[in-house]
Amino acid sequence: MPTEVDPGLAGLSDTLILATVLLYVVAMVAYALDLAFGRARTADPERRLVAAGGVDAADAATGTAEAPAAGGEGRERPAWAARAGAVAVALSWLGWAANAGAVVTRGVAVGRWPWGNMYEFVVAICLAAVTAFLLMQARQPVRFLGAFVSAAAALGIGFAVRYLHVQAGPVVPALNSYWIAIHVSAAIIASGLFIIAGTSGILFLARKDGPSRLPGRAELESLAHRAIVLAFPVWTFAVIAGALWADKAWGRYWGWDPKEVWAFITWVAYAAYLHARVTAGWRGKAATIVQLIAFATLLFNLVGVNIFISGLHSYAQVP
Amino acid sequence: MTSTEELRPDPASPAGLGPLGWMRWAWRLLTSMRTALILLFLFALASVPGSLYPQRSISPEKVTQYFTDSPELARWLDRLWLFDVFTSPWFAATYLLLFLSLAGCVLPRASVHLRELRRRPPAAPRNLSRLPRHASFAAEGATVESVAAVLRRRRFRTVTGPGWVAAEKGYLRETGNLLFHAALLALLVAVGAGGLYGYRGNVLVVEGNGFANTVAAYDRYIPGAQVSAEALEPFHFTLKDFQASYIATGERRGQPLDFTARLAVSDRPGAPERTHVLKVNEPLDVAGTQTYLLGHGYAPTFKILDGKGQVAFEGPVPCLPVDQVTYTSECVIKAPDAEPDQLGFLVRFLPTALPAADGTWVSVFPGAANPTAQVFAFSGDLGMRSGEPQSVYRLETTHLKPLVMGDKTKPLAVGEKLELPGGAGSIQLTGVREWISLQIAHDPGRLPALLAAILSVVGLVLSLTVRRRRVWVRVGEPGDDGVTTVEVGGLTRTEGGPAFEEEFDRVVTALQSPGAAEAAAREGVRNAH
Repeated sequence: MPTEVDPGLAGLSDTLILATVLLYVVAMVAYALDLAFGRARTADPERRLVAAGGVDAADAATGTAEAPAAGGEGRERPAWAARAGAVAVALSWLGWAANAGAVVTRGVAVGRWPWGNMYEFVVAICLAAVTAFLLMQARQPVRFLGAFVSAAAALGIGFAVRYLHVQAGPVVPALNSYWIAIHVSAAIIASGLFIIAGTSGILFLARKDGPSRLPGRAELESLAHRAIVLAFPVWTFAVIAGALWADKAWGRYWGWDPKEVWAFITWVAYAAYLHARVTAGWRGKAATIVQLIAFATLLFNLVGVNIFISGLHSYAQVP
Repeated sequence: MTSTEELRPDPASPAGLGPLGWMRWAWRLLTSMRTALILLFLFALASVPGSLYPQRSISPEKVTQYFTDSPELARWLDRLWLFDVFTSPWFAATYLLLFLSLAGCVLPRASVHLRELRRRPPAAPRNLSRLPRHASFAAEGATVESVAAVLRRRRFRTVTGPGWVAAEKGYLRETGNLLFHAALLALLVAVGAGGLYGYRGNVLVVEGNGFANTVAAYDRYIPGAQVSAEALEPFHFTLKDFQASYIATGERRGQPLDFTARLAVSDRPGAPERTHVLKVNEPLDVAGTQTYLLGHGYAPTFKILDGKGQVAFEGPVPCLPVDQVTYTSECVIKAPDAEPDQLGFLVRFLPTALPAADGTWVSVFPGAANPTAQVFAFSGDLGMRSGEPQSVYRLETTHLKPLVMGDKTKPLAVGEKLELPGGAGSIQLTGVREWISLQIAHDPGRLPALLAAILSVVGLVLSLTVRRRRVWVRVGEPGDDGVTTVEVGGLTRTEGGPAFEEEFDRVVTALQSPGAAEAAAREGVRNAH
């Protein structure tokens, strides 16, 4: 393993990450303007509920959910507002490029996979969440999520830069394995998707049944469900890959290390969500609350376990 | 307790039932989805204390510390099994109930599914336009057979009747669902079997020394209930040398980079030796018994002469690191054979020693760049003849006479000798070796567990991605121009996004395409053979 760190590239990575935060914040403002002043989604929640479980055919065909404002709502909108959404998406892609660039340059600078400590891990999870959002909004009308996902990513990376940043460098021998590429990558992808689901879940609870610029609750619920259906098998795989790595590194595939316990709790909680969703009386609000509890356990595993509880995973280098 | 579309109602509470009725009621209650959900929550909740309190199976020394720090609280926690959460009766109760509930749900559903697999798709409903997806078009030469052939090519199961075709696909969803849950049961069995028929143990080996896989050779040996001492794989090895490398400069100075142990391994008694390079992520595997590199440390070698000039001790002394960053380590030497008085030593080993500003000596780097040993010597009765077991890492100094307190004197470098006052003898640091700590584990359940885990992921992906869907087609009588009206209706029994709508549209397009009739003709020819 190379022990030399390229200081130029490491510095470039640190600069790019600051640019990422900036771009995400500006993108968030643009999304918010689009949400507030752009073409309103339908003001009639009943109409959205008809399309429960998916997007109605007209929207699917045109790739946009911005249905024309319902008859009663005919206020004039500023001319620039129409473009705010497109500008926001462009800014998001720029931020994404800076984020990806920061991850790649850090990886090249240290000559290893760039998720060897908490800082790198959080930056990569934010990248995964933004990637998931950008890919989703290219195919489905979910631009409304932009403001919230950008905010979450900007906060996450900001937190990482302020409190978790460590100089680029090699990892301890236990982390020096090809399993880091498999286990940690899967955990990152799943976490990114869970962030999308968690964001929709919070919006679901925040949104009342009345008119809103947000889509209907059924649509928010369905969006969260789709993200979790993707993320849950990936998370399962991440846990199993972790067990395989533990079998190589620590002499047992499962040892109830705190990180393992909480990964397991997260898994059980999301399994409970998938079951709750098909249980009479649990659909909608109750299932969403279960989903958010699961999301909370994920966040606790990510931040809490590394910082407050000592275990085999605590070498993830928190300054 | 699976992602089902059929919801089991809660069993109404029984009134005036016999014992059989009560049992049936209890069984239905246990296997209801709501109970399964609650058990899932309990299972997650029950694991939480296992991460908050130290566990005997992971860090017994922290449990001991807890008992020392707050004995009263610790006793209560221990009564509630909070130091052995994952082997506690209440944890076992949660997961056994959960898996019982799971089995009670999966088995009946499996038999239902087997019947479903043999059943043919239901006949077309009278009014196809009432279905969620619907289309109708005029086609030339469309027949029931041509339509059925198009659907079969799309891997639908089809049934035809007079003027209609019923097609269904997506049975893999329920298959995957059942596979997933069955795999979880198998995983539990594999983990349990591994615990019963497997063993693990820890041992510390100094450079130059060896290890033979027998129960007596272990420092700590934890067998499963069904393991006999004769069943251990009879391999042995010698630790030729151990190398640790560290970052030497910069902010991360002292961080370890690599640990490499060279072993001369003999797989069976009398088998030829082979060299194995043992690293942290690369265990040694001898016929399914794995040897892992867990830790390392220093074992300085000493030569001790007693008051009569006789050798009272000679050899390596494993020191335990007290500081992971500088690898300052501590150990104890006991020389019970020393005459006229027994000698005991506390040793502070400094791998890279430098004098500090206050006159003490400290280690500044974990590598052995300037290895030295600070010696604290005692004489008197070591208390080893009382027959009480003693730790080799502890010296009870309260009844001993201190001879040398070395914290401010210059520590011994390799080759240097310290004469003890009063002609009590001498101690010489003769060299530095290293030790490694190993975990040796045999778990016959690990491959079955892996297989079960893989099957569970396969089942999970199938059950979450495959959709059960039905398509019905009604083909009208051909008119005078050979054109018939074709009506298509579609239904998915699983919700989920626009994917089914897109598939339905593709099916309709395929039915409209002029190639449909020819394809049917070809298949007709093939079926005829």
